[in-house]
Amino acid sequence: MAHGEAQPEEPRLVVIGVGNAYRGDDAAGLIAVRRLRNRLGDCVVCREENGEGTALMEAWQEAHTVILIDATRSGTPPGTLHRFDVVAQSLPTTLLCSSTHAFGVAEAIELARALGQLPARFLVYGIEGKTFAVGCELSAEAEKAVDEAIWRVQQELERWAVH
Amino acid sequence: MRSKTIKVDYLARVEGEGALQVKIKGDTVTDVQLRIFEPPRFFEGFLRGRRFTEAPDITARICGICPVAYQMSAVHAMEDACGVTVNDPLRALRRLLYCGEWIESHTLHVYMLHAPDFLGYESAIDLAKEHPEIVQRGLQLKKAGNEILRLLGGREVHPINVRVGGFYRTPTRQELATLTERLHWARDAALETVHWVAAFPFPDFTQDYEFVALRHADEYPFNEGRLVSSKGLDIAVSAYDAHFVEQHVAYTNALHSILKERGAYFVGPLARYNLNFDKLSPLAQEAARDAGLGSTCLNPFQSIVVRSVEILYACDEALRIIDAYAEPDQPTVPVEPRAATGFACTEAPRGSLYHRYRIDEQGVILDAQIVPPTSQNQKTIEKDLFNFVPRYLDLPKNELTWRCEQAIRNYDPCISCATHFLTLHLQRG
Repeated sequence: MAHGEAQPEEPRLVVIGVGNAYRGDDAAGLIAVRRLRNRLGDCVVCREENGEGTALMEAWQEAHTVILIDATRSGTPPGTLHRFDVVAQSLPTTLLCSSTHAFGVAEAIELARALGQLPARFLVYGIEGKTFAVGCELSAEAEKAVDEAIWRVQQELERWAVH
Repeated sequence: MRSKTIKVDYLARVEGEGALQVKIKGDTVTDVQLRIFEPPRFFEGFLRGRRFTEAPDITARICGICPVAYQMSAVHAMEDACGVTVNDPLRALRRLLYCGEWIESHTLHVYMLHAPDFLGYESAIDLAKEHPEIVQRGLQLKKAGNEILRLLGGREVHPINVRVGGFYRTPTRQELATLTERLHWARDAALETVHWVAAFPFPDFTQDYEFVALRHADEYPFNEGRLVSSKGLDIAVSAYDAHFVEQHVAYTNALHSILKERGAYFVGPLARYNLNFDKLSPLAQEAARDAGLGSTCLNPFQSIVVRSVEILYACDEALRIIDAYAEPDQPTVPVEPRAATGFACTEAPRGSLYHRYRIDEQGVILDAQIVPPTSQNQKTIEKDLFNFVPRYLDLPKNELTWRCEQAIRNYDPCISCATHFLTLHLQRG
């Protein structure tokens, strides 16, 4: 390295929770990130988003590594935890609850890919919800899946920190 | 007689969950149903029993795309109930916040949702593959709106700095000045946007619409004015309920709003433009004329051009407000509750948004009514399809279906906003 050249910056890690805090299990991603925020060090940026696509693209704009957690409504048993490596494959557009946005998570990922702006590492965790009614608490199934997602995300981050 | 049905089970590139069914018999459309099945959201019910000061933040949650509109209609209605008028510079800051929301919301619709229809792309993703520079321009333009919301509203989504009487904190001149460089760029980008969309191919289509929007003596409308129409309506907002009524329609969760005397009407950018062209800035007027628009535009497919002209106006207006801004002594004016009913209508990106609240002397909300723009446009959207579809009956079904969706997207419908409280009647045997 030439004298005076800046050290490369640490890869920027961003964990994004997506959802609507007032619609039952749709809040699963937000709750997971709120709990993760207290457990992760300063080197991980935790963000809460409502799923609007262009805002998401800004949220991960500077990131090298992204883990996004959202609720899903795919027909699998409530509490199922899905994992997708979206660098390797596209996300099914009808999977996520935030797909009710005209331009949501799946579209933002694909637009970033088309523009060559997809972060180098990008995982999506989907928590299968049970109820999405306004004003409901998280279901027991989703609550359990949130705990598992938190554990899995920490494992992923530790693994990346080592390698 | 040959018959067919066009069905779209899940409308793409609109906000929220909706479906469309068009029944055709021979050369005639026999039925059109725009179905909104996003669950009713009961916000008007939630508001009862809450403090009058809570309405802006509660109603902002109705929509993630246009929370400012809900906050603005809520604060104006509460101030109307309490007999308070908020003047400049707080009033100007409210207009600035609205400029941010128009830039954000309109740009999202023009670039990500509607432009692909005219250019033959499945989505903005396909547009980006062939024209990344255009999509990048859209993303950066939207960001100019985001930054106004972040600075003035405290954050980009669901701003937290708006309150009845003004703001919790007002910006310094220096803080607002940080927006100008990007807004100058955005104004140029908005002008390019107008030129870009003006060249799109537009079906030759219009109907005998009644356009409804606010009109103000001195300005293109955001927060204030009389409700006027292209067929002679000219009323104070407080007379809204005497002229408009919401109807429950069995096949949809959203209420249909109609004019009592004449039925369907049309709100949104096209209505505002047609009723307020003379109030646009000279730059916006010139751009509209260069784009081939007159002082009225009756083709809903050209709403994408008008929407782009409004983005340009919002950038221009934001720069004007920032330049003229004088810091207020206080970020808010005092508002004391009294037993009264307050009315307000402001211009959300998608059209007039009406709020009415009845509060008691303690400021507790007794009753609320919210009529979002998409509720008001539903009947006109269905009428458009009734008259538009027969011209294209020779098209293959998938192309006809796509044409129908494009016609719906002319209105940038926000289905999430349109679903709200329905009165439930239980019939017991």
